[in-house]
Amino acid sequence: MKRTVLFCAAIILAAIALATSSTAGAKDAATAEFEKFRDVLEEDNPAELFEMKGEELWKTKRGPKQVSLEQCDLGLGPGVVRGAYVAMPRYFADVGRVMDAERRIVHCMVSLQGFKPEEIARQPFSNASQTPEQTALVTYVAGQSRNMKFAIPMNQPGMRETYEIGKAVAAYRAGPYDFSCSSCHGDDGKRIRMQELANISSPEGAAKSVQGWPGYRMTGGVMLTLQWRMNDCFRQQRFPAPNYLSDTITALITYLSANAEGSLYKGPGIKR
Amino acid sequence: MAEPMKIRAQMKGDSADIRVLMSHPMDTGQVKDAKTGQTIPAHFIQQVIVSVGGKVVVEGQIGTAVSRNPVFGFKVKGVRAGDKVVVSWTDNKGDKRSDEAAIV
Amino acid sequence: MEIRKASLICTLICTQLSLAAAAWADDPRAKAISMIKADFSAQGSAGVDRLEQDGLQAVCTRSGNKPPPAIARRLEQDQQAGIRYPADGKFLGDWRSGEKIAQSGSGYTWTDPPGVPAGGNCYNCHRLAPQELSFGSLGPALTGYGKTFGNTTEVQKYVYGKIYNAKASHLCSIMPRFGHVGALNEQQIKDLVALLLDPASPVNQ
Repeated sequence: MKRTVLFCAAIILAAIALATSSTAGAKDAATAEFEKFRDVLEEDNPAELFEMKGEELWKTKRGPKQVSLEQCDLGLGPGVVRGAYVAMPRYFADVGRVMDAERRIVHCMVSLQGFKPEEIARQPFSNASQTPEQTALVTYVAGQSRNMKFAIPMNQPGMRETYEIGKAVAAYRAGPYDFSCSSCHGDDGKRIRMQELANISSPEGAAKSVQGWPGYRMTGGVMLTLQWRMNDCFRQQRFPAPNYLSDTITALITYLSANAEGSLYKGPGIKR
Repeated sequence: MAEPMKIRAQMKGDSADIRVLMSHPMDTGQVKDAKTGQTIPAHFIQQVIVSVGGKVVVEGQIGTAVSRNPVFGFKVKGVRAGDKVVVSWTDNKGDKRSDEAAIV
Repeated sequence: MEIRKASLICTLICTQLSLAAAAWADDPRAKAISMIKADFSAQGSAGVDRLEQDGLQAVCTRSGNKPPPAIARRLEQDQQAGIRYPADGKFLGDWRSGEKIAQSGSGYTWTDPPGVPAGGNCYNCHRLAPQELSFGSLGPALTGYGKTFGNTTEVQKYVYGKIYNAKASHLCSIMPRFGHVGALNEQQIKDLVALLLDPASPVNQ
């Protein structure tokens, strides 16, 4: 065998110095460059490592009750993972309420495997040294809806009301800066500094806001979920912190996901 | 303790396109823990070896300039579908990991 | 005294609105509000008291940021009455400090360390000095502002008031009330006025 090796080590540095200082015209050029870069990375998105980890966690007998999550019902029947992510949030009759994907997965970890909710809530989101198990699980479940369309079952009990509440949450102005979600995410074509802002009230904008979550964030190299995204928006909104897996966040995610109805979900994404 | 790699190896024309995702913190030893203020000790992959069909095709040294959870890509000529690709790494703490996949 | 009177008017209007809202106990907004109040916890400097809306926030939320003109006018007057202009009658500070304040986006989030002064967050939403290329577009571009509107005392006072409380002229503006909430002090606002109006400021080059 010939040993001709083209050692094209695509060493991807987490700290991509995406020049925050480029011109308005070059800003679009910078955005375009980043888009290209992201396209390359999407082929080898480290999020896949978390999908693998999540799949292993899903199938392994774990927790005080030593069972796997293969009996977890994500809305399409016990153990059905394929297509479940793009059909959540949804109404779950066993608990009589609407749940989003992360909330439902944690519910299964608690109810089937016997994990303690307060222990799971102790570290809800990834940091540099630790990725919570539920983050990997959400990434796995989301990966099983890759290239499927958002199809939120709005005709189920409580869904319409949850949507309307989410819409009202997005409009709620409070805090020292009088911000609501819609202060920044209510119009087309706006930016904070260089960061483009999705208009969550439009189908295209809402699709952008849910697309790419859960996402691998290159800055810091951590895997983050839509629950995290909502949490960090409230931080920037200068609000106090939303409790993990709360009704408010489920309502907001319902509002976003239903507005994104019919758009194609490309799977776990990559973020700068 | 080391998590598995994700390896994809695909024939494209007369060469194989091999892509490897590694799960590793790649700590540089120059970053402080935000909470404790303690320096996070260096922990990074030092050596990477790729073999195809039992022959070593890549033997590389890498260091702290490589990001967390690194991605590597190689093109290898003179191989066939079905050949076994084995990727292994060793880090500065002596941790090792080896995973394999067949070229498709 | 005048502030108190204005606040009283506000209280009256808001009470009326609350009563109107109470009749709609079933509506999604009422449910959203009780949900929000149950679902947030204090973290860092961000206490749960921040979830309580003041009269202006409530009116803007309830009206979809389009309050009836009569109410808007009265509440704008209320906000205007609360603006404290500098006692020395001077509005123009140092544009160099102003630029630093404009650049800083820190302040009031639960991760901001206590004691660090809040920034002006200006570039988050506005284009200012033309050499700063990382600027937002939520607010209008302000490049060349002083060149366009001049540097008279009247303009200075208007700009000072705008930064102090943008809601005095547009009740449901998305711009924060930097002076009103104490995010920026008198000197900082003067420095920002200089950034916008001083002929030597990069904004006017």
